[in-house]
Amino acid sequence: MRQVAQITPAYTGDVSGVCSALYELGGMIVIHDAAGCGATYSAFDEPRWYSHDGLVFVSGLTENQAILGDDQQLINDTIESAQALQPKFIALVGSPIPMITAVDFPAIARELETATGIPTMGFEATGMHSYIAGAARAFAGLAEKMVREPDTKTPALRLNILGVTPLDFGINGSAQGLRQVFEAQGIPVQAVWAMGASLADIEASANASVNLVVSAAGLKAARVLQQRFDMPYVVGVPYGPQHTAKLIAALQQTLGDRQNRVVGKVQRDPKTVIIGESVTALSLVQALNLPATVLCPVTSDAEILSQGVIKTNSEADLLPYLKAATTIIADPLYQPICPKAARLVPLPHVAFSGNTYQTTMPALITGFEQFQKQFGF
Amino acid sequence: MALPIGEATFPQPFKTGLAYSVLSCGGWPLVHVGMLVPEAHLIFVCPQNCLRGVTLVAAQMQAADRFSTVAVLEADVIDGDMEALTIDGVAEIIAHLPKRPPAVLVFTNCIHHFVGTDLEVVYATLREKYPDIQFTDCYMNPIMRQSGLNPEQTMRKQLYSLLKPQAKDQHSVNIIGNNFPMDASNDLMQLLTKNGFTPREVTTCQNYDQYQAMASSVLNIITLPVALAAGKMLAEELDQPPLFLPLTFDATEISTQLQQLSAALDIAPPDVTSVKAQSEAALAAALADIGQTPIAISFSACPRPLSLAKLLLDHGFNVTKIFADMFISLEAADFAALQKMKPDLELYPLTQATMRQLPRTSTEPTLAIGAEAAYYTGTGHYVDLIEGSGLFGFNGIVRLAQLLQQAHRTVQDQRNLIQIANRGRGCLL
Repeated sequence: MRQVAQITPAYTGDVSGVCSALYELGGMIVIHDAAGCGATYSAFDEPRWYSHDGLVFVSGLTENQAILGDDQQLINDTIESAQALQPKFIALVGSPIPMITAVDFPAIARELETATGIPTMGFEATGMHSYIAGAARAFAGLAEKMVREPDTKTPALRLNILGVTPLDFGINGSAQGLRQVFEAQGIPVQAVWAMGASLADIEASANASVNLVVSAAGLKAARVLQQRFDMPYVVGVPYGPQHTAKLIAALQQTLGDRQNRVVGKVQRDPKTVIIGESVTALSLVQALNLPATVLCPVTSDAEILSQGVIKTNSEADLLPYLKAATTIIADPLYQPICPKAARLVPLPHVAFSGNTYQTTMPALITGFEQFQKQFGF
Repeated sequence: MALPIGEATFPQPFKTGLAYSVLSCGGWPLVHVGMLVPEAHLIFVCPQNCLRGVTLVAAQMQAADRFSTVAVLEADVIDGDMEALTIDGVAEIIAHLPKRPPAVLVFTNCIHHFVGTDLEVVYATLREKYPDIQFTDCYMNPIMRQSGLNPEQTMRKQLYSLLKPQAKDQHSVNIIGNNFPMDASNDLMQLLTKNGFTPREVTTCQNYDQYQAMASSVLNIITLPVALAAGKMLAEELDQPPLFLPLTFDATEISTQLQQLSAALDIAPPDVTSVKAQSEAALAAALADIGQTPIAISFSACPRPLSLAKLLLDHGFNVTKIFADMFISLEAADFAALQKMKPDLELYPLTQATMRQLPRTSTEPTLAIGAEAAYYTGTGHYVDLIEGSGLFGFNGIVRLAQLLQQAHRTVQDQRNLIQIANRGRGCLL
């Protein structure tokens, strides 16, 4: 059965994905749920909880409220907290039970915005998709609602980097590294969506000329920005100098011809398997110049999958590929389903193992060569 | 956000609203509780977001081999065949286990309740299909927390639902509902063992047979209110009378409880003169060390934080803050006493949204009892007490005084509170 996991953990869900995308931007995020989604987010999915005071709360939905369709408590409590905390925006996030009872989050968001005067977005997360789907909705919501018309439009290359959350990039300096890699090459970065950027940086994102999508979570926003501001995008992550050079060339090319690009294509080899988020995994095998089978167990997009990435939905989907492999690059919590004879190259992924291996997660943006050397690639 | 106890109302001093999830919340996850049944396999049938936390708890407990999941997808909800999903998912997991477990705990959650999954059919089918395995129904449904038994009460009840009737051992007594083993030196355990009784706890069972031996006991002692429903069920199912001896820090109440236990077992009540004196001496020694250092207590440390606060204030300590959203009814007398004794004792909510803005520092060195108290006061001096952590009676007070002294002398990394792997426990999920 595709939904069974005999021993491996579940990836971060879409509710946490929304929260993770918006966490640093000064908004108030309200998860409409009884309790568990908030506890899961704070305990397992948000490594910045201690270092950065985001405003993420739970509505405390009860059985009676859900059965009676009583949204008023949510509305009243949100208004009260918003008036006390004065956030820069409000984000309402759904969960499984509001999905069942068909809570109209966009409508409630409009009501809250009218009552408080604070920009409000409603995200219909269901708790039944991966974090990528949730973060993608959140970034797209920012692109639709918060990004304003450009102040100035430069013909030169100026980037937004889209799709950055600790769930894929950790808190090991990778987010800062993404900005530094391009600025070191003289390419200014307008905003990193959304780590190390302010809401003002994000609001001014239309001042950039090209968007770089570094995880599938950024793709939806890239398309919104293209539609709104005619900004093309390139998909890929700057791992290592050679792949970064290819990426910069693709960005320059896209600036000129306005064509979107996904950098890299998988050269399939069953002996080496990499499991991970689609864009980061695709870029990693490109950077390592490694023929491999690239497996993505979380939400992705046809545009990325068409580059040879294989979407998997369960442990059962993964097993045949793992059986054929001699080298597996994956989070250490995949170990129990890897063949004993295969070599597991540990690549901790916060969206999978949470804080279990957080301190040993390699900073591939700034430390790619070290990773290469350590594991003999 | 602080409210002086003199101005507070009992039992719920604070209004509810949006809730902040305290990172260092001190309860135990359902996974931990379910894992207390030795050799049992746990299967959660829930949406991905709900599975996320519990799967990581199992992994961090190094117990992923006793834990599996079935993800509920939107298509399952729309199709409406959640019964087939649950039965087939459980069957597939059992088929792939290296060893047949004696018991399987199947956890469903809020979504099953709302789509009307026929759980009777699910469990009847599983029991018929696997007569060699005991199944029990467990729930991770926080949405039902105000509808009858809350998830914690239900979990403690279901933990004992697998016990099968057997011949009684007149010298076997259970202590039920605790997530921590009783301290062997506490008054209750001493009274039992010195009189030839075998105390049985799920927390110390090494295998499934030992767990089943709990069915032979002639009495169930309950020290936590959350386990009262379990006691009621076992009285009906196994003819084991419950004896409720709620954890307290009041000397008179402790003496009364020990007399109650003696009467229930038809043994002579203990002479508590010596151990009571020891508790007074231990508190005096702790006070000499700790002096007027401010002390903060949170609800997760024990179900009766006001009883604890009163004990410490009575003995000269400087309790300044209590963190609790509400109090249990047993605390009424202590609440009233503290209102007179120290009306400026500050009460803080645990989860109110405004607590996110509390500075999480203290102006002077603070000693905390309980995870939230440590988190909110930002102190590294804390006693990581959860639900009493097996303390009981006068000896429990001796041990507590020692822990306070130890915490006063030692600075701990606060992050240990939030690392489930380090702490062995975490948020209630």
